[in-house]
This record gives sequence, structure tokens and C-alpha cells, in this order.
Amino acid sequence: MITEYIWLVIALPLAGAVFLHFFGRFLKAPLPGVVASLAIAGAFAVALVATLPFLQGTDHGQGILLWEWMPAIGANLEILWDPLAALMTLVVTGVGALIHAFAIGYMHGDDRFHRFFTYLNLFAASMLTLVLAGNFAMLFLGWELVGLCSYLLIGFWFTGESAAGAAKKAFVVNRIGDLGMLVAMMILFAVFGTLSMEGIFGEASQLGAGLATAVGLLLLLGAAGKSAQIPLYVWLPDAMEGPTPVSALIHAATMVTAGVYLIARSAPIIELSTTAQVTIATVGAATAIWAATIALAQRDIKKVLAYSTVSQLGYMFMAVGATAYVAGIFHLMTHAFFKALLFLGAGAVIHALNDEQDMRKMGGLFKKMPVTAVTMGIATLAISGIPPLAGFWSKDEILGSLFNRGGWFSVLWLVGLITAFITAFYMTRQWVLVFLGEPRWADDAHPHEGPRVMTVPLVVLAVLTMVGGLVNTPLRFTLEHFLEPAFEGVRVLHPPAGWLMFAVLAGISVLAGVGGIGAAYLAYNRPKEDWERFESGFGRVWGLWEDAYGVDDIYGTTLVAPGLKLAEKAAFKVDLPAIDGAVNGLGFLVRRAGQGMRVFQTGQVRNYAAFLMVATLLLMIWMVVGG
Amino acid sequence: MVDPGWYMALAASLFGIGAVGLLMRRSVLVMFMCIELMLNAVNLTLISAGRAMNDINGQVAVFFILVVAAAEVVVGLAIIVSIFRLRSTASVDDLGEMQG
Repeated sequence: MITEYIWLVIALPLAGAVFLHFFGRFLKAPLPGVVASLAIAGAFAVALVATLPFLQGTDHGQGILLWEWMPAIGANLEILWDPLAALMTLVVTGVGALIHAFAIGYMHGDDRFHRFFTYLNLFAASMLTLVLAGNFAMLFLGWELVGLCSYLLIGFWFTGESAAGAAKKAFVVNRIGDLGMLVAMMILFAVFGTLSMEGIFGEASQLGAGLATAVGLLLLLGAAGKSAQIPLYVWLPDAMEGPTPVSALIHAATMVTAGVYLIARSAPIIELSTTAQVTIATVGAATAIWAATIALAQRDIKKVLAYSTVSQLGYMFMAVGATAYVAGIFHLMTHAFFKALLFLGAGAVIHALNDEQDMRKMGGLFKKMPVTAVTMGIATLAISGIPPLAGFWSKDEILGSLFNRGGWFSVLWLVGLITAFITAFYMTRQWVLVFLGEPRWADDAHPHEGPRVMTVPLVVLAVLTMVGGLVNTPLRFTLEHFLEPAFEGVRVLHPPAGWLMFAVLAGISVLAGVGGIGAAYLAYNRPKEDWERFESGFGRVWGLWEDAYGVDDIYGTTLVAPGLKLAEKAAFKVDLPAIDGAVNGLGFLVRRAGQGMRVFQTGQVRNYAAFLMVATLLLMIWMVVGG
Repeated sequence: MVDPGWYMALAASLFGIGAVGLLMRRSVLVMFMCIELMLNAVNLTLISAGRAMNDINGQVAVFFILVVAAAEVVVGLAIIVSIFRLRSTASVDDLGEMQG
């Protein structure tokens, strides 16, 4: 059976990373990229074949033990191959392979070409370790490894101070979330005596309501760090300092969705605590609208997409918080398609304009880059929720589920609806500013379409964006049935049944999307002075959005500055006098003792002989008298 | 038979002469000879004591010491020759590098 060889999914990219680390420098420019792309494409092929039994319904998931690591605490290298893991693996390897290929063109001419692909492959292997883990220890291993790869890739151009700073920021902020994750794991181990998912989820009800809430909230803290939710989202916009394929792969399609995956995977625990559910969904809704408003006013093409990602992740948290796990995972999948496409398209634009990222200096690129313009247009419509594109189906399922649950979740539904309008507005604003209107780019730029290796991934992702949503429609809930075994014994929230309800809810959300698109088109498809007047019409609010509500400054003064002060105090008031003092004092004592003994080392051989004799004499006297 | 005490006295005086020579003389070669003198004074003591106590172990020990001493003389003389080649002098007062 192919399932026994599922470890190849992790091993192939890992082997690629190891190979490129040692031999990559001997290969000529495109070759390391080809090796890396083939490694991950191979992993995709293996995953695809191994998924077939789930599609045929002959298999419902199984654990595969690879190696006994710490069997006493249930922490082994074991793979849990079930439909949820399979879907995540397909998204990671499939979208990952396309982005690897795109990067061959994008990174062309970089001095550390092979190193870039080493990191990309290492990331893929780490991410697959995370999603395939059959216990929390192995999941945590992958969790930390993707964090490391994220750090390495954000700071890939580390000679720029802002890139190095952004990498550090991402790492430190993630550390806060990881603390929550660790404590949650400790509680689970204390209660169940094992870290194995099978062992924990099988008897989840033993946890009790209070501990379930605690674990749920701690998992949320961990997920909020990795998936950039309030209050830990601040690292993701800065992470845009990395090369654009990295933003597409790690900070849009895969790594940042790990938090959503974690919550969905822990569904049997989340199920036990309504408090945790409400908190997760509320955090998601707050993040969704908060980040969407910030995205409205950004000038940097990648910053818009970064805040958009934060906002869309908020949607997914809303879904998994409301126990609509399938909807959340569905949106995770479609978002991976269209957001990777948007990032790659933005990368192509940046590449074409000699690394220009300011949208005010773009415009009129439609004729120069038709493929990029059309594919990004499709993605823009998809994220705005226009049927029948992928984003419509997944976003609508989330909103419908929230509406169906009622109560507080109806409020969240309204927030989601407003966010949908804002999303449509800022995405259309971006597309219009980049591709329509007067050319505003520098005279020495000669924008042109990228090579095949860059345009083909765009087209493939555009096709996925168009048809990807059809896997789960009210006509045919294929994904729902596919994921059923993974959520066995867990209540999964659905949108309200019946065609009338579907039509009404979908109509409302499509209206919000179309409204956003229309408003943005009217506001921005006109001369620069006009839309600049439109933006300044918002007064100080626009400045607040543009400045991301000044959260970075607030964190800087309330958290970073006191932290630095504490570290300074510890260094100069504690470390220097106490720790260094003790070590230096010991050294001083030894030196002084040595100084005292120097007088005996005269260098005169006859003195030494005399010392020897006197000592022997004294020893003999002592033996005769004292003995 | 001569009283072993005389032999002991002879050994003690030989040892004393060697010790004083070691402390007083400057020449490395002479100091080395003084050490040999002290060593053989000890040998004489061992033999006399063995004879006095009617114990063969004293003489056995001396045989061992003679063998080791032969090796020691070889090493010692080699060092002295090396020093002389390097410094063209054999006075210990000129060899003060070990001063701390």
C-alpha cells in the first residue's frame, strides 16, 4: 500500500534541502531551483496517490509509526494520515510546487540562489511534519521548524536592516504564542499521560469543562502567534521584507494557516468549551475587520496583501471558533489558491518595475502585463466573493454557518459581512491602482511579462481559483464528505439548509462584494488628483489606517521599551557585578596566590635542590618524631 | 667481621659530601657526580642493612637501583651535553629560565 510510503512526503523535500545545502553551490543558476521544485512535486505526487483511498472511501485514516522516539509519553515519529492531513498536504505541496517554480524566475540572478531553495525545501519538509504529525510533540517540532524557516526566509536579504529586524520580530512574537502552545501540551500530558493525538482525542471528555477552556484558550494563543491574529499579528506585515515567493508560500498559503489547522485538529477539545469557541470566533472577527480597515489605506502593494491575509485568517478563525471546521478548512484551501496567486502576481509586478512596491508609482500595467493583470483580476474577484469563483463558496459557507448558529455569532456574521465589503473595496483599489489608469512608474522602468516559469504558475493558480470552490457547493458537498472521518464524533456547524436560505444569504454577501468592487472602481478609476482627494476626504481616519492604528508604536512604548530597559538593568546591574564579579573574583584570588608563590621559583637549580633536601629532612623528622 | 655500623657511618658521610657538593658547586657535571655519590651512599646503606638483618632483599633492591641508575646516567649526561652545546657553558647559575 502507498500509505506505508507516506513518509516520502516529508523525506523528499528534506532530502532536497540536505542535498542543496551541501552540493547546491556547485550547481549552475536554475538547477538548484529545479531540484527543489522536483523534490516537492514528487511529494505532491506521493500525497495525491495516497489520497485516493480516502476518495474511494476504502480508508478512513490511520496512524503510521515510523520510529519510537519517546514511547513513554506517546511522542514518537508517527504520521496521522487522515483526510484532514491529506488535504493540508495537498495544499502545501501543490501550491508549494507552483511557488517553487515561480521562484526560479523571480530569484534569477540572486547571489544566494541555491541557499534560497535550500530554505524553501526545508520549510516544506517542516510544514509537512507539522500537518502529518500524529502527536503533539512532533507537531510542535514542525511548528518550531516552520518558525525557524520563516525567520531565515524573512531575513533572506539580511544586509538590509529592516529585513533583519523583521525576521527577529517574527521570531520573538511567535515565541509568545509558542509559550501558550507549550503550556497547553503540558496540561494535556498531565491529564492524559500521553501526547498522542489518538490517545487524547479518543478520551477528550475526561478533560472537564474548566481545563478544556484553558487548553482551548492556550491553543488559541499559540495559533494567534503563528496565524497572525490579534494581538500577535504585528509580525506578518513586517514579514513582507522577505522575497515575494516567501510571502506567497509561508505568509499567505501555508505556514500562517497552521493555527487554523491546529484548532481544527483539536476539534474534540474545542468542542467541550463554549467559552473557547466564542473567544476564538470573536478574536477572528475582530482581526478580520481590524486588518481589513488597515489594508484599505496601505500604499505598499505587499502590505495590502499582508493585512488582507491577516483579515482572511480572521475569517478562518471565525469559522473554526464557531465549530464550522469544514468551512474554515475550505476557506484555508481556497485562500491558499487566490492569495498565493495575488502574491505571485504582485511579485511579478514588483519584478517588472525594478523592485518598486509603492502602488502610487504603478498604474496602466494592464497592456504591458496582460497575463498578470487577468490572473490577479480573477483572484481579486475571488477574494471579493463573486460567484462562481473559489472565494465565494468558502466565504459564504463561513458566513452562512455563523448566521445559522445565531446569538452572538449573528453579530460576528454582520462583522464578517462588513469585512467582505471592505475586502472587495481594498482589493479592487489595488487592482485598479496597479493595472488601470495613467502609467505613473519611473522613466527607466520597462515593465514586461515575466518568463514562462513565472507566468505558468500564475495561470495554474488562476484555474484553481476559478474551479477550486466547486469541491464544496450546496449542490455537492464533496469536501464535507471527504473530511467526515477526520471530524468523527465532533459536531460540525453547517450553513442553514434549504435553497431559499442559501440564496438569501449568498445574495446579501454577493451584494456586499459587488458593492465594494463598484465603489472602489468608481473612486479609483480616475486621475490621481481625484482619488488622492477621495482619500484625504477621510481626514485623520485614513492616516490612522495607513499607520495601522499605530499599534507598532503602542507595542514599542508599552512592551518593547520596558523589556529593553529590564534587559539593560539585568545586564548592567545584575550580570556585570554579580555573575561577572564572581568569576573575575575567583580569577583574581588565583592570581594573587600565584603571585605569592612566585618567590620559590627562583630559577636557581641549587635552590631547588636545597628546598628538596630541607623538605625531605622535615618529612623524615616528622616520620621519626610524629609517626 | 666489621661492624655494619662503620659501613653506615661511611654511607652517611658519602651522602653528606654529595649533598654539600650538590648545594655548593656550580658545574652541572660536578653536581651530577654528587647526585651519583648520594645515590651510591644509599646503595651502601641498603646492602649494610641487609647484611646486618640477614635479609637478601637489601641486595636485590640495590641491583634494581644499579640498572635504573645506569639508564638515568645516560639521560642525565645527554641533557648535560645538550646544554653545553647550546650554551657553551655548564654553570647552573646561567640556567635561570625557570624563574617565576
